[in-house]
Amino acid sequence: MSQSLFGIHGKALELRSQRMGLITSNIANAGTPGYKARDIDFSAALSASERGAGTDRAAAGAIRFRVPVMPSMDGNTVEMATEQTAFAENAVAYQATLSFIRGRVENLTRALKGE
Amino acid sequence: MPRPIQQPLTLFGVAQRGMSAQLVRMNAASSNLANAGSVSSTEAGSYRPIRPVFTQQFDAASGLSTVNVSAVVRSNAAPVKEHSPNHPLADANGDIWTAPVDENAEMVEMLDASRQYQNLVEALSTAKQLMLETMRMK
Repeated sequence: MSQSLFGIHGKALELRSQRMGLITSNIANAGTPGYKARDIDFSAALSASERGAGTDRAAAGAIRFRVPVMPSMDGNTVEMATEQTAFAENAVAYQATLSFIRGRVENLTRALKGE
Repeated sequence: MPRPIQQPLTLFGVAQRGMSAQLVRMNAASSNLANAGSVSSTEAGSYRPIRPVFTQQFDAASGLSTVNVSAVVRSNAAPVKEHSPNHPLADANGDIWTAPVDENAEMVEMLDASRQYQNLVEALSTAKQLMLETMRMK
């Protein structure tokens, strides 16, 4: 049902939300020794879910470790600038996907009301 | 000390636990700062700086990981011995022991903890706003 209504945007929204959680994990662990920052390769996850995988599995299969620009001595690979940029980019993309879905819903409501 | 995760961790849980961890770190740094320059009459009785140890807490159900304060350890830095026979706390040899607190390091620790706390608050408010917008969709 949601697949036919929202198309790719429903999956994209779910993946964006999962990616937001993962980047928040990185930000929360910015001071944890030995923590390795992770991120979702969004396009890989989206094409996996397009091929029919569930979004949870698609996201889990597209998780990659972040390659640090300059590794720190305690083994932590979180770089605040990278994480903040990724978080902002992801939030904007979430908002964009949300407005696509909202437009779709508005169209459908208008069609149903026969305006 | 690790608090078990009852339900699957959400983004909000991650941020909340991270903020608590940074708060522990800030409290430790301010305890150290408050005891900077405190004097004792024995070497063993002198104040030693405390420092929290952070570990990653991974939640397999959601794939997210949060921070856990696994321990608060006392540093084994040696107190500074000073010869001051007129001090009321001086021992038989006229020595006193000052707490080995590095004020600059503690200030840096404090600043770093508050910046990371701010980052989490920022992430939390963005996420909250997006979730609310998703909820409001008609």
